[in-house]
Amino acid sequence: MEHIEDIEKPFRTQELTISMGPQHPATHGVLRLVLNLSGENVVKCTPYVGYLHRGIEKLGENRTYFSALPLSDRLDYIASMNNNVGYVNAVEKLFGIEVPERAKFIRTMVAEMGRISSHIVWLGTHILDIGATTPFLHSMAQRERLLDLFEILCGARLTVSYPRIGGVRNDVSQEFLDKLYEFVLEFPSNMDNYETLVTENRIWKHRTVGIGVISAEEAINWGLTGGTLRGSGVDYDVRKYAPYDAYDKVEFDIPVGKNGDCYDRYLVRVGELRQANRIIKQCIENLPAGPIMSDVPKLTLPPKDMVMKDMEHLIHQFILITKGPSVPEGEVYMGTEAPKGELGFYFVSDGTGKPYRMRVRAPSFVHASVLPRLCEGGLVADVIANIGTIDIVLGECDR
Amino acid sequence: MEKFFETIVAPGAVDFMLYIGVILLKVIVVVVIALLHVAFATYFERKVMARMQLRIGPREVGPFGLLQPFADGIKLFFKEDIIPANADKPIFYLAPIIFFASALTSLSVLPFFSGFVVADINIGLLFLLAMSSLGAYGIMMAGWASDSKFAFLGGLRSASQIISYEIAIGLSLVGVIIMAGSLNLSDIVIAQHNYPTGMFAIPQFLGFAVFLVAALAETNRLPFDLPEAESELVAGYFTEYSGFRFAMFFLGEYTGMLIMSSIATLCFLGGWTIPAFITNFLPFLSYVPGIVWFLAKVYFLMFCYYWVRSTFPRYRYDQLMAIGWKVLIPLALANIVLTGLVKSLSKGLQ
Repeated sequence: MEHIEDIEKPFRTQELTISMGPQHPATHGVLRLVLNLSGENVVKCTPYVGYLHRGIEKLGENRTYFSALPLSDRLDYIASMNNNVGYVNAVEKLFGIEVPERAKFIRTMVAEMGRISSHIVWLGTHILDIGATTPFLHSMAQRERLLDLFEILCGARLTVSYPRIGGVRNDVSQEFLDKLYEFVLEFPSNMDNYETLVTENRIWKHRTVGIGVISAEEAINWGLTGGTLRGSGVDYDVRKYAPYDAYDKVEFDIPVGKNGDCYDRYLVRVGELRQANRIIKQCIENLPAGPIMSDVPKLTLPPKDMVMKDMEHLIHQFILITKGPSVPEGEVYMGTEAPKGELGFYFVSDGTGKPYRMRVRAPSFVHASVLPRLCEGGLVADVIANIGTIDIVLGECDR
Repeated sequence: MEKFFETIVAPGAVDFMLYIGVILLKVIVVVVIALLHVAFATYFERKVMARMQLRIGPREVGPFGLLQPFADGIKLFFKEDIIPANADKPIFYLAPIIFFASALTSLSVLPFFSGFVVADINIGLLFLLAMSSLGAYGIMMAGWASDSKFAFLGGLRSASQIISYEIAIGLSLVGVIIMAGSLNLSDIVIAQHNYPTGMFAIPQFLGFAVFLVAALAETNRLPFDLPEAESELVAGYFTEYSGFRFAMFFLGEYTGMLIMSSIATLCFLGGWTIPAFITNFLPFLSYVPGIVWFLAKVYFLMFCYYWVRSTFPRYRYDQLMAIGWKVLIPLALANIVLTGLVKSLSKGLQ
């Protein structure tokens, strides 16, 4: 049979160029895709990023290591806790300081809370993009509980800035732990609810199985990380390969996909939600007693009550805040497993209290670059599925 | 008086004018009631979906938010009517009118209860199908005239979707026509009442299933709401419409749902009647007026629309076409063959 493209047409056809975004309901922020369409088929897809550029890397160079921490909140604003953890871990690696055991467990716990709240937003919006509205609202209700917990923990719901260089800002209260434990116990059954609506749904499978396929080798070459890479069958997870915080002391599995399509990436992230829940449970159960800040006077702020009473502590606080901590010269890269993928902070220190260069390896940026590879040759509707499946946040992508 | 008219106009003029007057009255009653139903269908939908989604739904305007549809209507009426600079204006104006008018016209042949129908024509079913196809013109023209690529794609999708599913709907109703032996909707209902099962949904289960699925596509509802796939094409063919023109599309769409539910009720669920075996068992039910049964059935089907909407994701365009052409149409054809065979065999036996 003659292929339809080979038939000579008596008329001229032209590709339809559509600018999808930057204001579009399904681009998860201000991503702009310029699509060349031939009918419903995507011939060419060009992502344009930068609409949310705020110069966070440059801003970081003009602030001390302490005061650049809140900038990291604004990267991936859906999982700010994980950015904070990534930032403080990188700075601690530069300083070469060790964090107390309790602080490590608390950080692991809150980072996994951040992962759940991020993945749950991804789950809801991804399903919403494909057309089902109900799971979105159900999952948002669960996220609300997590945000309330963050509020109990540190007063902020989204831009938390809770971890500190050398530990965490304040200790966790018993009320917080009780409520979190309650959440953790209920969470698996809530997950079952979402999965009943979607996982085995025929339409969902029609829309995601075999869509946006990327092989393991290609995924590595594109620099994909996180759930987007693991969906292709590579079990790379920074938490296992280079454990930081308390990840070497808790048990968890890395869900891995097989085919590298949207459906496998969906399954991987759903699996990660359950694993994150498991990690939080272990952290609450095994939370050790002890201090929450490491005692390194040159790098960590003195206790507030002493600052108010004691001259030396006041001077100490003043110097640290105005000049920044004294840092060894050098370069350091520290990757952490953020919900979106490997979030890396790279610091070049020239010995002053401010970084000479702060570079953020944002997984969303890398993942946005793979969109043309996933979308070209597919249909317009698949573009939506692909944007959802790579799980990007433009705050992090544009920085 | 009567004599006076008859002498100056024509013999039988009074009867004729009475006839016209009754029809006009019926038209007003049907349109007003149908539009009220449409208004409350949106309220009903919002409440049902809210309950399924851990929300409350409208509750601020009036008791239990019952006046919300009117508030929405007034708001839309007073909104600025924005027309894109490069729009093809006459077509742009005409499109929502065609869409809305074709939806309203369909109401004229629907018998709501025994004897109450604006136009009791003998090709009622064909008329309904024709009117619902006419609506596709409105959609296509809206997409074309908006001078927006998103609206254009939405309009094209819609045209191909409605044409494909029109066939499935038409074929699924052929079984009913064979069984009832008439195209008149009132006759179809009466034929069902005389049939042992009381409704054609049981012997015509295949046709009924095809009809229900195709009706979802015909009215652009999830999981087949591709012409207005919010996440892909923003709002589809009516992206550029605002104010009351938008409201006309919106009303037309909900009227379409009401009509599809009514067709399903009339052709498959026995219309305003209830099966004889139920009234034999519970005789008091036969005193319930027919309109109650009719509305109960229609609203049950409307509820199913909402239920489906809040449960399923959306099909992709090519998958939608594949379902229409490769599944629904063959099923409907098989149904026709089966029905025809059974009918002719049973005739042969007699």
